[in-house]
Amino acid sequence: MKISPATIQFTALLAMAASSALTLDAAALAQERSKNDEPIDMVLTRVPEKARAKRNPLETDSEAACAGKRLFEQHCAGCHGKMADGARRGPVLREMQPATPGEIFWIVTNGVVRRGMPAWSKLPEPQRWQIITFLRGLGGTPALSCR
Amino acid sequence: MSMASCESVANTAIALLRSAAAKVKSSSRTQRLHRYRGLVFLVALRILASPACAQEEPYIVTYDHHLEEPGNLDVEYFSTFGTQRAGNDFHSYWIEFEYGAKAWWTTEVYLDGQTTFHDSTLLTGFRWENRFLLLRAEHLINPVVYVEYENISEADKIIKEVEGHDVESDHADVNATLRKDHDHEVEFKLILSRDFKGWNFAVNPLATKNLLPNNPWEFGYAAGVSRPLALKASAKRCAFCRERFIAGFELYGGLGDTRSLGLHETSHYVAPALAWNLPSGWTIRLSPSFGLNANSHHLLLRWGLSKEFDGFGEVLRSLLGGRS
Repeated sequence: MKISPATIQFTALLAMAASSALTLDAAALAQERSKNDEPIDMVLTRVPEKARAKRNPLETDSEAACAGKRLFEQHCAGCHGKMADGARRGPVLREMQPATPGEIFWIVTNGVVRRGMPAWSKLPEPQRWQIITFLRGLGGTPALSCR
Repeated sequence: MSMASCESVANTAIALLRSAAAKVKSSSRTQRLHRYRGLVFLVALRILASPACAQEEPYIVTYDHHLEEPGNLDVEYFSTFGTQRAGNDFHSYWIEFEYGAKAWWTTEVYLDGQTTFHDSTLLTGFRWENRFLLLRAEHLINPVVYVEYENISEADKIIKEVEGHDVESDHADVNATLRKDHDHEVEFKLILSRDFKGWNFAVNPLATKNLLPNNPWEFGYAAGVSRPLALKASAKRCAFCRERFIAGFELYGGLGDTRSLGLHETSHYVAPALAWNLPSGWTIRLSPSFGLNANSHHLLLRWGLSKEFDGFGEVLRSLLGGRS
């Protein structure tokens, strides 16, 4: 029996759509919803001890905060707001002030995929630390004047 | 446009978009027509003012494990100039619309076309690709499953992947002959990738099956290595800073099929590649592929231009009256 190309095309599209739909089944959605409601504190508890103890090698780098600000605006502000004060798609990051640099680094590197935050390991390590230097400087110190 | 003004234009546009969408719903037919025009303008404004800035790898054939950010749309255009023995050289091109449906799922549609010199110009088909991230955090190796459906004619010359016994002579016929045959293929890839000290390493074994009867499974591979020219970002806004350039190379080719597995009658390529991520969010890629054996095209000169649009999903939801 010869199958017409249109039938094959339709079947393939249907199979693709079905596989997509399967990945979004109700149970997964419910689980995802409960994960989305998870407070940042809960996410921080998942950070391994070794990662938590990591120190920021660019903490004292005078240019790191400005470079981090620029990187934050490029890659993070779309979800978290320009000054990390939260937006429709991402939480307020000022809430993370008590977190250690190592904890923030782990979250930036691994993402919180179930909450919709992708892993940012595609940024080289020094750039992730620059972002953290900027985030840690928010709040207490006077506003950055970067060129 | 600065990042701050970009953001404020984007936010104003989204507010206007919401009120315009509500007005469209409650208006007469003539009013609706005018308001739809306004909506289209606002959608364009919101998308163009989006502050997204990409950090794209230079690969054109190989995939790494980084998916599109959720809600973002990446629009990419690629060109390939190919040399052809026993036939006419060609210029093939494709446009990709890549959307981050979830942080773990990216879906993408391609439209392919080609111009064969001294012959004709054709639209050669479409592809629908999905990539699923398997693990929810970074590991030593990060696997991504890739599933694609292709509906393309034999005249398709984008050579986005090489599989089975694909060889240069497959493209030598005139378009009128090649376009008569159509492929309905499903393609599976296992994307294995890792970032280490600024380097990215990626390997993609692939298997393809033409859904028409009596076609074997075909196999191929692609592998790539890349690294930014500088790992630290500059504190100043600059287009030519070294960290904006990512260099690498790719290696890809066919591995035969279930009837005759192996390297005989297969083609293979090596391709240095460079990506330039501009501060405006545009990315330019350049990659000449060189054939490694007598079955390969001598040269496939590829270049591409892409732009990521932040918050595209949000705009769509606003337009459709959903909650954003």
